[in-house]
Amino acid sequence: MLLKKLTEASGVSGNEKEVRDIIISEIKDYVDDLKVDKLGNVIAYKNGKSSSKIFMITAHMDEVGLIVTDIDDKGLIKFTTVGGIDKRILVSKPVLIGDSKIPGVIGSKPIHLQKKSEREKAIDIDSLYIDIGTDTKDETSKYVKIGDYVAFDSIYVEFGDNMIKAKALDNRVGCSLLVELIKEVKDISFYGVFTVMEEIGLRGAGPAAYYVDPDISIVLEGTLCFDVPKIDSHLIPTYINKGPAISLMDRTTIFNKALRERIVDIAIKNNIPYQYRKSSMGGNDSGRIHTTKEGSVTATISVPCRNIHSPTSVMSKKDYENTYKLLKAILKEYEKGEFTDGI
Amino acid sequence: MNTKEFLIKLCNSRSVSGHESDVVQLIESAFSKYSDSIKVDNLGNVIILKKGKNNISNSKAMIAGHMDEIGLVVKSIEENGFIKFTNIGGIDPRTILSQEVTVHGTKDLFGVIVSKPPHLQEESENEKALKMDELYIDLGYDNNTVKNYVNIGDIITINREIKELRGDRLAGKSLDDKAGIASMYECIKELSKIEHELDIYFVCTVQEEVGLRGATTSAYKINPDFGVAIDVGFASTPELPKKHTIDMGMGPGITIGGNIHPKLREKLVETAKEYNIPFQYEVAPGGIGTDANAMQITREGIPTLNLSIPLRYMHTSVEVVDMKDIKNTAKLLAFFIASITSDNLEGLLCY
Repeated sequence: MLLKKLTEASGVSGNEKEVRDIIISEIKDYVDDLKVDKLGNVIAYKNGKSSSKIFMITAHMDEVGLIVTDIDDKGLIKFTTVGGIDKRILVSKPVLIGDSKIPGVIGSKPIHLQKKSEREKAIDIDSLYIDIGTDTKDETSKYVKIGDYVAFDSIYVEFGDNMIKAKALDNRVGCSLLVELIKEVKDISFYGVFTVMEEIGLRGAGPAAYYVDPDISIVLEGTLCFDVPKIDSHLIPTYINKGPAISLMDRTTIFNKALRERIVDIAIKNNIPYQYRKSSMGGNDSGRIHTTKEGSVTATISVPCRNIHSPTSVMSKKDYENTYKLLKAILKEYEKGEFTDGI
Repeated sequence: MNTKEFLIKLCNSRSVSGHESDVVQLIESAFSKYSDSIKVDNLGNVIILKKGKNNISNSKAMIAGHMDEIGLVVKSIEENGFIKFTNIGGIDPRTILSQEVTVHGTKDLFGVIVSKPPHLQEESENEKALKMDELYIDLGYDNNTVKNYVNIGDIITINREIKELRGDRLAGKSLDDKAGIASMYECIKELSKIEHELDIYFVCTVQEEVGLRGATTSAYKINPDFGVAIDVGFASTPELPKKHTIDMGMGPGITIGGNIHPKLREKLVETAKEYNIPFQYEVAPGGIGTDANAMQITREGIPTLNLSIPLRYMHTSVEVVDMKDIKNTAKLLAFFIASITSDNLEGLLCY
């Protein structure tokens, strides 16, 4: 299954090769033009019915993770985070280091030896390290080197009522949707762009958008979902099983109202459930895309993911299917030539 | 069965304190080949007897390792199907964020412990440790479905398959004290190759993590001439003071202190030296946190020893042990047992 393959691949920001290779092998027979640009973005073009507008759909390939910064005298590995990770979730987790995926663990001080005051505080990232079972710097250096990327060790699991647990659902879910669209949709001209380094400051999207120079873009994402009990509903960014989340605004973009309303109309017309992404926190590739060159119009459609940026992100297959349906419906409308300057 | 394979199977099974029955069959099938009898007592302790040769004085030794592990338990089911829970045994809530779990309801349900996305956190919110009652388990079902499968009081375990690290080290959950059980298994295999006079009762105890309860009743029942607990000891890591730790790969820690019989301990050290088995000292002035504590004060008092297998990150789901230490612990114990006879035992035990 594609989403399993994509989420179990390592692709920490700046090191997307494994994910890129999977995507290229999936789509290469279904596109008219395919290139990997100077930063590692995958830019695919499907040639269909000609249109006056350039339409682009994007998903970032990278995931949050860790990078090795030092190996100490006892052979323990020091690291720093790549992208936004709550350091508290790192404790007591297995990880995979480097291209050869050396298994290691991040441990913590036994509860028996902690002072009470220690227990109130989160463990500082500087006192965390990875243990691969070695005792000396030399031994560790045989397997690990400074600069190696570290990914969470977490497999794809289906559970509950049509739910999926995996690491990196942000944003392999977007990659999977876009790969499926590229493979299925015919006779519509659009760019499918898989970007690098979104999690460390939207670095891939700008140059990709500069090359494509789109008029209209849809950014696909896995987005925040935090729907635990006893929270005021206005503080809940998205809900599981309420359909694709359409962004209003975040820290990088105030989304184009006409395009957003058009997407909502299409959802209603096709009987597809949808919700708004109500948080203004976070940001995505749209921030760079809509301000590239002379500027362009963007929308973000996301699959809600609980525990985002952790080894155990959770999403609903129903949300995935409804997001895919909505994307196909949007492309169908676009094929009819109904996207004008007023969208 | 290979001892490492046995240990991996044990750790990948679930046996939270008070709910150890899932590992009993695995233990029985491993030990039966080398033992004379296996019994399960009222509390669930598995008592494995290996009889000695020419044991005219009917001398007995009890070797205890606990088969229970720390875990969680369901406290309530919330309106959206999320589960609130608390701990069984000592769990630092900071070690369970974003973990995968199994809720053992009328069927086993996969779940994850919910965490708040960093994007939604207030400034410096991530400096604060979360408490157990701020955490939820997501089972991916609505409230009604969850209630069909899950009851308050159902046991929850962290999902963690053993990971094989470099060297001969393993990482995973419940190596405390399944490493001890594996060491007993290795020991009974050793004993089947050498002669020993004493009857040896290997006891896989229950409920150690919640107060040494299995050792209390099994030691009473067996009433051994002496007892040895095999548990895990804090292995050195940068954040721990040297005086509290032993080192990985350097052999078992031999405990010294009031809980430990001094002359018997000297004999243990002598045996290690005689057979060139690496060992370390672990000093504990008072009662220690293992089955040795309960055994010592059973009935009229039982001379007790304690062996500690070095283990890192105790009570997390990524505990680390070295197979070398497990094997050396077993070897030391086997040679020690073989060195005790009805002739020398009385001398060793008198003050």
